[in-house]
Amino acid sequence: MSQMNLLQAINNALITAMEKDDKVVCFGEDVGHFGGVFRATSHLQEKFGRARCFNTPLTEQGIIGFANGLASQGHKAIAEIQFGDYIFPAFDQIVNETAKFRYRSGNEFNVGGLTIRTPYGGGIRGGHYHSQSPEAYFAHTPGLKIVVPRNPHQAKGLLLASIRDDNPVIFFEPKRLYRAAVGDVPEEDYELPIGVAETVREGQDCTLLAWGAQMEVASKAAERAEKEGIDCEVIDLRSILPWDVDAVVASVKKTGRLVVTHEAPLTNGFGAEIAATVQEQAFLSLEAPVSRVCGLDVPYPLSHEAEYMPDETKVFEAIVATMNY
Amino acid sequence: MSKSIHKPGFVLGDALDIPTFKVLKQDGTLYKGAQEPEFDKEMALKLYDDLVFIRVLDERMVGAQRQGRIPFYLASLGEEAASVGSAGALKPQDMIFAQYREQGALRHRGFSVDQFMDQCFSNERDLGKGRQMPIHYGSKALNYNTISSPLGTQIPQAAGYAYGQKLDGIDACTICYFGEGAASEGDFHAGLNMAAVLKCPTIFLCRNNGYAISTPSAEQFSGDGVASRGIGYGIATLRVDGNDLLAVYAATVAARAYALEHNAPVLIEAMSYRLGAHSTSDDPTGYRSKDEEAQWAKKDPILRYKHWLTNKGWWSDEQEKTLYAEHRSNILAAMKAAEKRPVPTIDHLITDVYDEPTPHLRQQLKQLKAHMRKYPDQYPKTSGRLDA
Repeated sequence: MSQMNLLQAINNALITAMEKDDKVVCFGEDVGHFGGVFRATSHLQEKFGRARCFNTPLTEQGIIGFANGLASQGHKAIAEIQFGDYIFPAFDQIVNETAKFRYRSGNEFNVGGLTIRTPYGGGIRGGHYHSQSPEAYFAHTPGLKIVVPRNPHQAKGLLLASIRDDNPVIFFEPKRLYRAAVGDVPEEDYELPIGVAETVREGQDCTLLAWGAQMEVASKAAERAEKEGIDCEVIDLRSILPWDVDAVVASVKKTGRLVVTHEAPLTNGFGAEIAATVQEQAFLSLEAPVSRVCGLDVPYPLSHEAEYMPDETKVFEAIVATMNY
Repeated sequence: MSKSIHKPGFVLGDALDIPTFKVLKQDGTLYKGAQEPEFDKEMALKLYDDLVFIRVLDERMVGAQRQGRIPFYLASLGEEAASVGSAGALKPQDMIFAQYREQGALRHRGFSVDQFMDQCFSNERDLGKGRQMPIHYGSKALNYNTISSPLGTQIPQAAGYAYGQKLDGIDACTICYFGEGAASEGDFHAGLNMAAVLKCPTIFLCRNNGYAISTPSAEQFSGDGVASRGIGYGIATLRVDGNDLLAVYAATVAARAYALEHNAPVLIEAMSYRLGAHSTSDDPTGYRSKDEEAQWAKKDPILRYKHWLTNKGWWSDEQEKTLYAEHRSNILAAMKAAEKRPVPTIDHLITDVYDEPTPHLRQQLKQLKAHMRKYPDQYPKTSGRLDA
């Protein structure tokens, strides 16, 4: 067991994967000798050579197109998109190609070996294009898996699982926590399951659901609610697609209340899918409407970042309102 | 370091003056100084068989679409030599990424008449399980990566596939076909630049047939075709007469050798003409003249190649009649059989989305089957086989 921050855990996972399987290849903008703008790929080129860890030209559609081809050839391609905000030039390759590769060919070909790593999320004064949380765009696409870790231990275990999963995975890394989140991470190889939520705090009164960096906000709001005598159950969804419907519905059937929170804008955010599913499957258990605490329906702002973010106070207020409904 | 000049002087697009590589004249004789490729009579006849098969297949399937038996078709009339000639120059282990007008390459690899029909009729024997429109072929066994409709997407994919082949250290490269219209997509730029910088043994073969649906190439680009761009990316580039099978073959042999020797991409621009409509959903009389089509019909690549075979004493009118008749009857028989086969069972609606269907996909299928049991007449193709 070592103390690692989130970046070190990701770097450790990549090294573990590359040591165990010489089919694993890492590439993207600045990931080579420099080790990535966040240093997630530090020393990979030194350890494994330029052929297995290299810079690409600056083209997101090219990176993912290339990755699709490499994965269909049988390699485990780990492509980095420098910021989630810049994944959109590759949207066509991801949605029309990556996601449909196996289905459209009748399983003659697949890109199951592909993992797309990308930093996401706000709270770093990143403005419009260094702050977005684009998970909901991809959650509307059958064929993809979407994973978001909240801490270093999860980052390593979920990334190793994503690399080895025989389906393409988009792995969103909460960049606000890259250096801020520090924790114990086993040195050895381990995986955490994709598609399974984790209950991080048991409670009886209200279910609080989040993922990634927003888990820190949700946990603090739950502590604050506890001081007011409200016992929250806090769940980390971990996988957006496929998502753990059973765990969330079981919790809501117990507590009768649900607050979902994410950084991305409210309208058509993934919270909407959760709210609709929960009202369908736990209708008779609900004591209050499902509450969504999300970013506003505006481009991610710079000077009003604090006001935009679904912070601890907003989540706390939503919990109280749900309890008092 | 480039040389310096001290007054502004523009370099114009025609400075490259890219020539066209030709071997065979329309009468089947060779240009002066041109050489025949080194393939024997058996190979020569196999290539001719591929050309004729595709021409007959296209003709029959366009007819089948007009009769409403299949929803869509896309012929390669006038461009058969580009795909058959290039595929003939490759090794079976080389991967093919196609756009959609390269059925000749697939035929050359050994895709059977039944396999063509099963895909076009979306029946239960289709390797693609009936999920994609007609002509979206694919075959793992034949190293033919499954076709998809979005244009140009296969171009960077081919670079990545070839990079993997290079890492594996095997004697194999990747060929990627696309039209001159697709070369305007961003993925063309991305794919060629990545292949050049990352040193991928990829052969990019552009079929420049003059039109992207109704858009003539003059509205597609203003430079010297697609070939001039390869040079800008630092890619070894060759323009070839796409209606000259011997030239396409020789160009591809050279490209394969270059790609593997240098671990580098090659761009071939095959100049041709789309003699037919873009697809069965298109009518070219709205955007080009009969006169233009007639001019190009005289340059028929199959006829040119036949003249060469005849000149060599390898082909006769008698054989010609027999060959066409055989293909017609085989294709017709296969069509009738494929048409009668049922579509895949409804279970294949949810397989292959992931490696295993997720619980929520199983749930959706269960709900669908319950609905189909209640209203079986609404879903006649599959409702009788829900428990198959």
